[in-house]
Amino acid sequence: MAYKFNFSFLADRWPAFLEGAWLTVQLTVTSIALGFLVGTICAVLRVYGNGLTRRIVGAYVEIIRNTPLLVQMFIVYFGIASLGVKLSAEVSAVIALVINAGAYTTEIMRAGIESISKTQLEAADCLGLSRFDTIVHVVLLPAMERVYPALSSQFVLLMLASSVTSQISAEELTAVANVIQSDTYRSFEVYLIVAALYISLSFVYRFLFTLTGMILFVRRRKLGTAL
Amino acid sequence: MIQFGPAHVIYILEAVRWTVVLSLVAFAGGAVLGLLLALARVSRSILLRAFSAAYIQTVQGTPLLILLFLAYFGLSLLGYRLAPLVAAGLALTLYVGAFLGEIWRGCIQAVPRTQWEASDCLGLNRFQQYAYIILPQAIRIATPPTVGFMVQVVKNTSLASVIGFVELTRAGQIVNNSTFQPLMVFILVAALYFAICYPLSVASRALERKLNVAR
Amino acid sequence: MAFDANGAVLAEPQGDAVVKVRDVVKFFGQLKVLDGVSLDVKAGDMVAIIGRSGSGKSTLLRCMNGLEDIQEGKIVICGHEVGYGQSNRADLRRDVGMVFQSYNLFPHLTVQRNITLALTLVKKKSKAEAQRLAEQVLDQVGLADKMLSYPEQLSGGQQQRVAIARSLALSPQVMLFDEVTSALDPELTVEVLRVMEDLAKGGMTMILVTHEMAFAQRVANQVVFMHKGKVWEAGPTRELFSSPKTSEFAQFIGTGL
Repeated sequence: MAYKFNFSFLADRWPAFLEGAWLTVQLTVTSIALGFLVGTICAVLRVYGNGLTRRIVGAYVEIIRNTPLLVQMFIVYFGIASLGVKLSAEVSAVIALVINAGAYTTEIMRAGIESISKTQLEAADCLGLSRFDTIVHVVLLPAMERVYPALSSQFVLLMLASSVTSQISAEELTAVANVIQSDTYRSFEVYLIVAALYISLSFVYRFLFTLTGMILFVRRRKLGTAL
Repeated sequence: MIQFGPAHVIYILEAVRWTVVLSLVAFAGGAVLGLLLALARVSRSILLRAFSAAYIQTVQGTPLLILLFLAYFGLSLLGYRLAPLVAAGLALTLYVGAFLGEIWRGCIQAVPRTQWEASDCLGLNRFQQYAYIILPQAIRIATPPTVGFMVQVVKNTSLASVIGFVELTRAGQIVNNSTFQPLMVFILVAALYFAICYPLSVASRALERKLNVAR
Repeated sequence: MAFDANGAVLAEPQGDAVVKVRDVVKFFGQLKVLDGVSLDVKAGDMVAIIGRSGSGKSTLLRCMNGLEDIQEGKIVICGHEVGYGQSNRADLRRDVGMVFQSYNLFPHLTVQRNITLALTLVKKKSKAEAQRLAEQVLDQVGLADKMLSYPEQLSGGQQQRVAIARSLALSPQVMLFDEVTSALDPELTVEVLRVMEDLAKGGMTMILVTHEMAFAQRVANQVVFMHKGKVWEAGPTRELFSSPKTSEFAQFIGTGL
């Protein structure tokens, strides 16, 4: 038997796919930005904090990295609701994604921060820079530059993983696909299209990360050498 | 509303074995596929290299959830009625294979160029070079990241719940649907995943330290 | 006259000393690296600290700037007691500059930004003012044309001159130099030493740990010879070199090391 492909549903359903993709972009860009912020702060605390903060951040990273995003999502969405606080699916999704991205960012940025030699800190110290200024101006940018490839890969993975937010009924790309396939009985075609959209999104994200890197790391853009 | 009780805990605990079974299936299948892809990525045939690279790019750019749907709904429409375990095993194999292929390619290429040259000078053919010189060294380099990736495999099996395969996460959902105790249920579920994954993470780091010391 | 290994000659308390080091003891774990070191440095002095590797000379310099803790004794620079609280540290940083063996320029910043960073962040200078100062100090070390280069585009000697300029821009009262030419080839060493000699002539108070014996002998007006964590012999350069009082120092200058 031969299966006949039928993409005719696209004629009137294509705007829904785009809307879903747009929500995926909104959810993930927000989560990546906030997750990066959380992770960077945690990485600084992990390296330069006192014994207690280091242990707390370490526990956070291990717990998140060793449990599935889907279960984290359920805990945030259903768990918080059971405590009487009703959050929308989108807000829950962003919270869970930020917590998740934050843990991975912490681990990646920690490696970057630890690769900055102690002598750089001494030089900044001798110039009278405060601890805060030293971390911001002398440590973080070069640290980020060193781990930037790992960081952008992780964020692309996060964008793809955001498809699980469909399971708490956030109306993003995968959720849209689930609806359309149950309306049209064209599951295979629908998921092929969605797969193609995700692949396109991951290329777009990679391109944007490369562009951001070129804007952020002026020295590398000009000289093209590693730190 | 049914009280969350020992019976529920036992139900969830029993589901752990299906998470383990699915992880092992996915890892075994993914390892075979991954090895083939890694060897293809470093082969001398440009066709094999291109195919392997395209496969890895495509799968790594697709969410696992979509692969699961494609395997489950899609293939059944194509005429194959797949049990959830088979569909999940297939999708995870395709997914894990792409990632292991990429990790292992890096490990093969991390073996110094001079090892190829030296074994070439000894008159070993390509197969012998792989079998006796390159792969044994690559495996040592590959062990820590591979063990680390097993954590991802275990966590990713949670997605099989969406196609109705009753593993740990699905068992949690079922219990939650009757008890409405999501916080307790899913924290228990998370704790069980942690109990499987954390030792693997620790082992991966320990192996990496050992490798770094040895070198 | 026998020397009591306490650096007593130089350590005669002086009213106008900008750097006072008294009976400093420093341990690295069990190892005593500084064993009761005392010395004074007057404004405008150029003091060269010399000695074999492991004699404690670099550690002494790092202690002076609070980069290492001391276990006993006291160090006062420009009226600030070193290692005495955070606010005091800011005062110390304002008055003391330091240049390192490994330059320690910030690799991701241009030469100009390396210099203006502390001017804008610490001294709260305007951007224009900071830039003007950067131009001035770069001109002083002969690198006015390297303003927009990145450290990696410069030779080691040029990088070290930028590091000196960076420190100089903050107009310190005292400058510390920690083996600043040790990582450089001989021909690059010369250009760095020339900059330092100019600074000394300009009246800057300088303390340097160095292996450049000829330079120390020619430019420094005071020399401190350290041995086994103590100030073994110290005094005006010419006196010290013309009549060594201890066999260790005689041997040290005899081997040229």
